[in-house]
Amino acid sequence: MAKIKSPEGLEKFRQELVAGLDPDMPSISVCTGSSCLAFGAGEVLAAFKAEVAKQGLEANVTTKAAGCPGFCERGPVVVIYPEEICYLQVRPEDVAEIVSTTIKEKKVVERLLYTDPSTGEVAIHEYDIPFYKNQKRLVINNNIKIDPRSIDDYIAVGGYSALQKVIEGMTQEEVIEEIDKSKLRGRSGSGFPVGFKWESCHKSSGGDPKYIICNCHEGDPGAFADRRLLEATPHTVLEGMIIGCYAIGSPMGYIFVGDEFPQTVENARQAIRQAEEYGFLGKNILGSGFDLTIEVYIDGGGYVLGESTALMASMEGRIGEPRTKYDHGTDRGLWAKPTVLNNLQSWANVPFIINNGAEAFRAIGTEESTGTRVFSLKGKVNNTGMVEVPMGMTFRELIYDVGGGIRGGRKFKALEAGGPMGGFIPESLLDTKIDYEEMDQVDLAMGPGLLVIDEDTCIVDMVKFFLTFLANESCGKCTPCREGLKQMLWIFDKITTGRGEVGDLELLEEIAAVQQEAALCALGQGAAGPLLTSLKHFREEFDAHIMEKRCPAGVCKELSQNKIYSQAR
Amino acid sequence: MGVVNLTIDDLEVKAEEGMTVLEAAQSVGIDIPTLCHHDKLQTYTACRICMVEVEARGRIKLDTACSSPVRENMVVKTRTERIMRIRKTLLELMLAHAPDSRDLQDYANEYGADRKRFEKMSSFCIHCGLCVRYCAEVKKKSAVVFVGSGVSREISFVPEVASKECWNCKECFELCPTEALQAAYVLSGALITSLPTLAEV
Repeated sequence: MAKIKSPEGLEKFRQELVAGLDPDMPSISVCTGSSCLAFGAGEVLAAFKAEVAKQGLEANVTTKAAGCPGFCERGPVVVIYPEEICYLQVRPEDVAEIVSTTIKEKKVVERLLYTDPSTGEVAIHEYDIPFYKNQKRLVINNNIKIDPRSIDDYIAVGGYSALQKVIEGMTQEEVIEEIDKSKLRGRSGSGFPVGFKWESCHKSSGGDPKYIICNCHEGDPGAFADRRLLEATPHTVLEGMIIGCYAIGSPMGYIFVGDEFPQTVENARQAIRQAEEYGFLGKNILGSGFDLTIEVYIDGGGYVLGESTALMASMEGRIGEPRTKYDHGTDRGLWAKPTVLNNLQSWANVPFIINNGAEAFRAIGTEESTGTRVFSLKGKVNNTGMVEVPMGMTFRELIYDVGGGIRGGRKFKALEAGGPMGGFIPESLLDTKIDYEEMDQVDLAMGPGLLVIDEDTCIVDMVKFFLTFLANESCGKCTPCREGLKQMLWIFDKITTGRGEVGDLELLEEIAAVQQEAALCALGQGAAGPLLTSLKHFREEFDAHIMEKRCPAGVCKELSQNKIYSQAR
Repeated sequence: MGVVNLTIDDLEVKAEEGMTVLEAAQSVGIDIPTLCHHDKLQTYTACRICMVEVEARGRIKLDTACSSPVRENMVVKTRTERIMRIRKTLLELMLAHAPDSRDLQDYANEYGADRKRFEKMSSFCIHCGLCVRYCAEVKKKSAVVFVGSGVSREISFVPEVASKECWNCKECFELCPTEALQAAYVLSGALITSLPTLAEV
């Protein structure tokens, strides 16, 4: 493939691609996200290819290894175009029937369709399934239509048109202004205005070159939204980064991602290679005179590397420990040069804003929290997976409309947002909106993970889990974080094994206060989040453990055994 | 070098540009406790005991005096109620490791810290990193390093390096604020593992 040398050339190429596609031709999209692959999507895809060949349909049917549409709970997911029939939990033995019935006879295979567990209603199309119907998908809407490993697929659905628009006639300042007007805020959870950050770096006198980093570290236990997004639509992220680099004036960008997600790394690397081949990266991008290199940086693992100073230290080859900083990263970041570090989701939103304008983006969400947010919804809900919902939606809507309610008809107990540094909310606060300010008021963090907890989960045990996680993942540098977590775990060990005493909770609160005030980085400062919010909303459960030596959820083993012994006597 | 005017504990201080709050305070005889700080070593900000309150742009925030650069019209308070409370708890957390350390005891008396407040920990080390950083930055040997992360982090001598370098040095022992024997103990542990085995002799 020869390099595309101008925005017009790109438009021409796209039109040729689209003209070459027959919209009525049957196409089988098999989700090949990590989760579906684990469910056996690889075998399903191979079976489809073999079956299509066997029935002599190769010329009339395309089979596609598509990106993750999010419904991981019911994988492997298969969508048949052009009708958009969505089959769930497809196994290789279902394949022959699907090809003969759906592709040849144009009939649906009912048993593979989505059935609403509460109403019994059957949904044929993807857009009929409540899980999808109640989402607002700006970033992940094309995932299942395209192969994440194919740049042509991405271009055919309108990909790189934002880059085209920027190169065609937007100045650096205009791009920044558009992002600024969209009120796009940092998706890491901080909520820092992205446009402002870009502008500070663009105007910085901190020297050249300037760098940009896409943070796809995502170390929260059980969170998978960022890495899945990069895996499923790497070109969206790349396009956002290229536009960002253009606006800021940076010749070098990095995608900071963990080695523990091999599929993600592979897809990102392949996307970079393809973008280079097509001339969207490298020298003189689309004839604009702008040069850019983007690399994947494999991080060394460790939760704390998600913290900006630790992240940059590790990229520079130093120990990944946070440090106290007095300069903004946009003045003195990576290798002491001006650097924009944005979360992966922040970058992924950029193409939509450029394509549709800041107004269209701001029309979604609330006044100060605009656009959508991609979460990994997990825990005791019926529909777990990657979801994209508009800001301003309430958590109740998210859990019951998108998530399909609590699994097994159990009772909802708490929602945990923001991972190990986030917090819990009880049922009474479920009408809180997904909004930076509103979530802050109830001590929740806008992290990528949402964990739903039902009545069978012990809150004390849950907090202990998070504290254990942080105790292992803390870098161990500063006293309040390292020693505080050690002592907290000791106290939790006492409480969960029936040795809790009066005063333990007060001691925990005292350690928590010192951590919040005196810890070196955000990890230590936020470490007490789950503890403090659970003490606020579920204190009686702690009291039951300490005073009555009883675990109401029946999770803490030592306390449950006590009960059995006493009954035996 | 320009002069920076700031206030520390209601005292007007003229400091040199580039100084830290700690240095400015010391220059006028205001005592701020430190444990991991050392003039010869790079700023580390790990023990957090030197926390002070800094008023900047109308907001009061906490910062470590050893790292905080002096700024014009800065207002620093080194002994507020909040600071005293933080230092007390931090000391208590460290006393769980080294209840008999002279340095810690002196501070404990000053801040009313209870050495038996928290569960006793098995190692004397409070992770100030003085030995580790001194060996790396001044001696440039890195014979003693941190291993592990999080709560399981500890100091350890690298046997191959320590067996060559440490016999005639041991300068790090004196830096230890808790118990010099701690380093000696860890060192001997490392050296035993580097001794030739019988088979090799």
